[in-house]
Amino acid sequence: MREQLLIAAPELWVLLMACVVMTVDVFTSRERRGIIHLLVMLTLMFAAIITLRGDYHSGGTWAVTAFSETFIRDPMSDVLKLFSFAVMALVYTYAKHYLRHFGLYRGDFYTLTLFALLGVMFLISANSLITVYLGLELLSLSSYALVAFNRESKRGSESAMKYFVLGSMASGLLLYGMSMVYGATGSLELQTISETIRNGREGDVLLVFGLVFLVAGVAFKLGLAPFHMWVPDVYHGAPAAVTLFISTVPKLAAFAMAFRLLHSAMGPLHADWQQMLVLLALLSLAVGNFAAIMQTNIKRMLAYSTVSHMGFVLLGLLPASAEGFGAAMFYVIAYALMSAAAFGVLILLSADGVEAENLDDFKGLNHRNSWYAAIMAMVMFSMAGVPVFIGFFAKWLVIKAAIDAGLIVLAVAAVVFSVIGAFYYLRVIKLMYFDDPLNDKAIEAPVDFGAAISLNGILMLGLGLFSSSLIAICMASFSYL
Amino acid sequence: MLTLAHFLTLGAILFSLSVAGIFLNRKNVIILLMCIELMLLSVNMNFVAFSRFLGNLDGQVFVFFILTVAAAEAAIGLAILVVLFRNRDTINVSELDDLKG
Repeated sequence: MREQLLIAAPELWVLLMACVVMTVDVFTSRERRGIIHLLVMLTLMFAAIITLRGDYHSGGTWAVTAFSETFIRDPMSDVLKLFSFAVMALVYTYAKHYLRHFGLYRGDFYTLTLFALLGVMFLISANSLITVYLGLELLSLSSYALVAFNRESKRGSESAMKYFVLGSMASGLLLYGMSMVYGATGSLELQTISETIRNGREGDVLLVFGLVFLVAGVAFKLGLAPFHMWVPDVYHGAPAAVTLFISTVPKLAAFAMAFRLLHSAMGPLHADWQQMLVLLALLSLAVGNFAAIMQTNIKRMLAYSTVSHMGFVLLGLLPASAEGFGAAMFYVIAYALMSAAAFGVLILLSADGVEAENLDDFKGLNHRNSWYAAIMAMVMFSMAGVPVFIGFFAKWLVIKAAIDAGLIVLAVAAVVFSVIGAFYYLRVIKLMYFDDPLNDKAIEAPVDFGAAISLNGILMLGLGLFSSSLIAICMASFSYL
Repeated sequence: MLTLAHFLTLGAILFSLSVAGIFLNRKNVIILLMCIELMLLSVNMNFVAFSRFLGNLDGQVFVFFILTVAAAEAAIGLAILVVLFRNRDTINVSELDDLKG
């Protein structure tokens, strides 16, 4: 029992601290909220240390399971969890500034995000349909509440309702698919499912029927077209601090969920789900890039850009090879970092109780503060896939994986769409550098905010220049395939 | 004699009803919440039927988890509904159209 608990030690630690934070919050006065922030940062730091100290790292291929095989810990889960902690630390640093500014600096933000993080961690380490479902729901339910975090906001409550209804329906679809898979294989454990399928159940109608629902559920959670309707509304309606969270860490979990369900469980049906994913990828790339061009609201623009980025992640999942999964994993990590920085700058520009959310708010940013303008320019170059930045290597790897798998048409389409997509990223840079500012107010940020966003910007350049080590880590996570 | 197919058909009918309810309903958000609940219950029906006919208890365990999560989901859904009504004085689905583009 002790061994099993040790395997899940990072999760148990985060669970414990989420409860501690919830309790401490009750006994802390408004002026001393800083304690909660400090406590959460320490939680993340120790969670990372606990994850790193797990001494299962014998060679490249290892995987340990716990709790009757419902929980798995392998290289992929550890790497993804470590990056979740790092990105969460950035999220909290940016969010604190925003919450203070808008009178939302309350403990519930920290409690809800910690429980969401716990859901992310369980989803990453899920090895049974039950754990996938529970992790997903823990993440989703916390996210629904977070979107409605600003209780006075009309838009916030509307987008929370839309998110809730569509999200619950997606969970329902996923569950219906799970029930079919269970009926066809008689097991909930992912490896057993894939073995049962391999032993002569490939053509089972029930199974393929279930697979369709599973793919629809996964597509919804990743925000892929045509299941992307919720993405722009939620990004737009939620407070920027919550959008910042929703657009970063849950994407890491969604990738892990796609890998576990599609490969660990339904691996033998690769030919069937590949066809569906090709369609989803093409649609996401097209819808995401074209719709983003038409937006004047930067939050909606970034939402549609998420849709197209998730289309790229699919390119990596399609071949079902070690290189492909490694590339997709590198892509989501790069995306989480880029998205965190983009929303960080957005929070920075919000002032006087008004959220900066229009493209015009970026006008002449270079005159107001050239360093933050430079960071935003790096984010946009990186998202557009300009060489040297991390986004370029991410795109290059997934497209290479698609070409190696013989999906030439899709790879060509991806390149064409990323060229089209470059237009709206470069438009932001044009606004920042060549237009006159709407106001000349200096941009103020606390020291920790400035340090975090500078680090975030430098990481995008640094991880681009020295991308080989991170790529090697991602590839090694799947070396057992 | 009731067979597995009977239960699966019932599950499928309930599931289709709930999906149709979500997409066709333009009036009341509470009906949406009821449809979501119905959807989860139709899945439970599937799980229990499979579990019974496969002679495998895993499915029934899953049902307990789904029921628990459904309760939490209803609580959060109703909480959001209250916030929504306080802000907008309406829970009419067709009037939820501030966010577009």
